[in-house]
Amino acid sequence: MVAWTDFERVTIKDIFSKIDYEVVGPAAISRCLIVYPWTQRYFAGFGNLYNAAAIKSNPKVAAHGKVIMEGLEKAVKNMDNIKATFTELSTLHSEKLQVDPDNFMLLGDCLAIVVAAQLGKDFTPEVHAAFQKFLAVVVSSLRRQYY
Amino acid sequence: MVKWTELERSTVKAIWEKIDIDEVGPQIWARVLIVYPWTERYFGSFGDLFTITAILKNDKVAAHGKVVLKALDKAVNNMDNMKRTYADLSQLHFQKLEVDPDSFRLLADCITITIACKLKSALSPQSQAIWQKFLYAVVDAMSSQYR
Repeated sequence: MVAWTDFERVTIKDIFSKIDYEVVGPAAISRCLIVYPWTQRYFAGFGNLYNAAAIKSNPKVAAHGKVIMEGLEKAVKNMDNIKATFTELSTLHSEKLQVDPDNFMLLGDCLAIVVAAQLGKDFTPEVHAAFQKFLAVVVSSLRRQYY
Repeated sequence: MVKWTELERSTVKAIWEKIDIDEVGPQIWARVLIVYPWTERYFGSFGDLFTITAILKNDKVAAHGKVVLKALDKAVNNMDNMKRTYADLSQLHFQKLEVDPDSFRLLADCITITIACKLKSALSPQSQAIWQKFLYAVVDAMSSQYR
């Protein structure tokens, strides 16, 4: 089980209380689709993803961004049990969606950049380190049900 | 050789112009040591790196941050010739300093995050994509003399 310091617990909860899921979720996923264009392969049903403008204004992309943030919120509320929290999601991504697990960190990186841009100088190195650790645990949990 | 479009060249230069090496160099370097603490192994001679506060106040860390960003300036000014520009530095890091080349990617990520904190929404997804292409070309050039 992952050991969290008090600082890390407070910091993660603080970050998630400061960010607007409706802004950050869509921003992170659209950034991922733009910066790492091969990830678009998983969203064939989303319609127009042909250029950055289309991606940024695509309502299905925005909706999916919010879904992802809601998923992450479960992890924030269950920091001592992220593995169990994400068992079903991991199985879903592995068996049904067949997502290459390397992509989880790409989205994580985009999320870090969006959060950094939102928080500015409040995204200090210590806050960044706590967030990075949180992302690493989330990614590891999502990878867990892959063989 | 990496191909650069006019837009990519001007975007990299525009981002770089906004960076004050003396201000941002120390921040980036401290961030690497704090977020990826195993990188401290390369800096035994830097004195006190035992706590985050110590890292943030350490003069040698700050000075090294500026050295690294000044070297990055060479890449901005030699985008068509990065491998040759960095051949000697790559050799140095490989043979003398024995730095794990994965570390270059960690540094690249910290540079991007620090810039995101500073530029915020001005670092659009398209700009991020271009900046990351540039940094990964630098990472590639720095890894080029490793065998």
